[in-house]
Amino acid sequence: MNLSPPSLRSQLLTLLALLALLGLTIGLAFLPLGALNAALALAISAAKTLLVMMYFMRLREGHPFLRVVAAAGFAWLALLLAFSLADYLTRPLLPLP
Amino acid sequence: MSSTDPGIAAPSYLTAGEPGLAGWLLTHDHKRIGILYAVGITFFFLLGGIAAAMIRINLIEPQGALMSAETYNKAFTFHGVVMVWFFLIPSIPATLGNFLLPLMIGARDVAFPRLNLFSWYLYVGGGLFTIGALLLGGVDTGWTFYTPFSTLFSNSHVVLAVVGVFVVGFSSILTGLNFIVTVHTMRATGMHWFRLPLFVWAMYATSLVMVLATPVLAMTLSLIALERLLGVGIFDPALGGDPLLFQHFFWFYSHPAVYIMVLPAMGVVSELITCGVRRQIFGYRFMAWSMLAIAVIGFMVWGHHMFVAGQSMYAGIVFSILSFVVAVPSAIKVFNWVATLYKGTIDFHAPMLYALGFIGLFMLGGLTGLFLAATALDVNLTDTYFVVAHFHYIMVGGAVMAYLGGIHFWWPKITGRLYPEGPARFAAILMFFGFNLTFFPQYLLGYFGMPRRYHAYPEPFQWLNVLSSAGASILALAYVMPLCYLGWSLVRGRAAGPNPWRATGLEWTVPSPPPKENFALPPVVSEGPYRYRP
Repeated sequence: MNLSPPSLRSQLLTLLALLALLGLTIGLAFLPLGALNAALALAISAAKTLLVMMYFMRLREGHPFLRVVAAAGFAWLALLLAFSLADYLTRPLLPLP
Repeated sequence: MSSTDPGIAAPSYLTAGEPGLAGWLLTHDHKRIGILYAVGITFFFLLGGIAAAMIRINLIEPQGALMSAETYNKAFTFHGVVMVWFFLIPSIPATLGNFLLPLMIGARDVAFPRLNLFSWYLYVGGGLFTIGALLLGGVDTGWTFYTPFSTLFSNSHVVLAVVGVFVVGFSSILTGLNFIVTVHTMRATGMHWFRLPLFVWAMYATSLVMVLATPVLAMTLSLIALERLLGVGIFDPALGGDPLLFQHFFWFYSHPAVYIMVLPAMGVVSELITCGVRRQIFGYRFMAWSMLAIAVIGFMVWGHHMFVAGQSMYAGIVFSILSFVVAVPSAIKVFNWVATLYKGTIDFHAPMLYALGFIGLFMLGGLTGLFLAATALDVNLTDTYFVVAHFHYIMVGGAVMAYLGGIHFWWPKITGRLYPEGPARFAAILMFFGFNLTFFPQYLLGYFGMPRRYHAYPEPFQWLNVLSSAGASILALAYVMPLCYLGWSLVRGRAAGPNPWRATGLEWTVPSPPPKENFALPPVVSEGPYRYRP
């Protein structure tokens, strides 16, 4: 698969978007939103990840199979996080003797 | 099945190319790289074996016959680290896989030959770090590097050892990547997915696990180094960390790593049985799919290592059920091997003896794995010798028997020489006997309550420990025997010819040893891999 070199404009725009989202994360840390803080921070992280994958890793223009492979990597990461959290989140439900 | 044209006899991979040591150390030929790995893993097997011998000698007497508690801890740690990462994981994929995968799919080489050589150098580099850790005084954490011991309390060379494992992990990732791309892009014309030999399916499934799991190990070991060197709070509760998080990360890699060891073994055994019985493998598609199923489900069972570590009961139940589920595709494979043997004309040559030995040991190891997957029983058996026996039956009994079976089966192809059948059969039988004498008493020791990783034990356990150590000496002899007669056959063995087993895979259509370019003309495949009677 031969991709043309990425345009400087798209690279710069992606960088600026990532920096803006970083600023948003920092700003959010100073707002007392309770549980919403974590949820919003995670949402912003997900947006940043998507930008990196789509534009810096160039999955947007890549072969569908390449996207499947990348998605598999993230699915496996989700597996690790989901099952580990399943342990931590269910511990208070039934304390160990 | 295929059309290949040996054409004018091309020089073999052993004689073609640059002469001397440089020709080997700078080679891009997958076959030579396979041999380089074979030399490396034999060396590490010897080192790990010496540590095992020291452990077994020490345990002959209840108070320890040879070592202090501290030295004993270092001996079993070194044994585990070396055997897992420097022998078992690379054993079949990096040696037989490298040698055979391109030949079996009709390719000239792997997809990235330079990367393949780089993987070997990473393997050697990682090994040097680990040996360095040993020479500087050793590591005493156990091969699992459990926190908080490895981060807060151990004064041994933990960082050096984890750097070694970190580096060798990248060798594993790159080999997996290479194999996946090779299978996807370099299959011969007509070699569609369900015409692949089961060994190739096994390599493919193994490679998926290598690529998806090993980065988590690298990350986890880096976190240990970060906490030890920089005091970053990840596993230390005093710094806001959680020691159990290490176990989640570690076993997310290390349980699938068991499948990195045993899936290739299953691939080898499938080839040995179908050729040795001269029957098509029973349920080819089920065999192929079950390998992928093992690879995928194997990622969801890691919590069964943590039933008593403080994990929540609900998580324990889920991991227990999933651990039972992963036994289903494994059982499919055992039933299909037995069904292939049924009413077959079994030729009891050495590779077949190894394959039969594998089935027996894998079954015993697998079934006792179900004991340990049952949460209530695991509470009693965890961290006892029952666990030690269980995983040795799978990882040593299973994987090493298959590795040696494969080495014998493809030895004529690799070297162009026949090995002497009599000593080989004797070694295979001796190994099966020695293995069971070594490890079956350990099931009993564990059942009676002897904990693992202690250099001393109460006197009533002595007779079983003596039996186990006696078995280990027989096993050691059985492991040394192939080194002797295979080495002898390199010089004195009869010429093998292209296909001494009358097997039907593509690798048997080329001369023995194969030419550097493998095939004179690209092969065209029109049938499945096993053209024996149904």
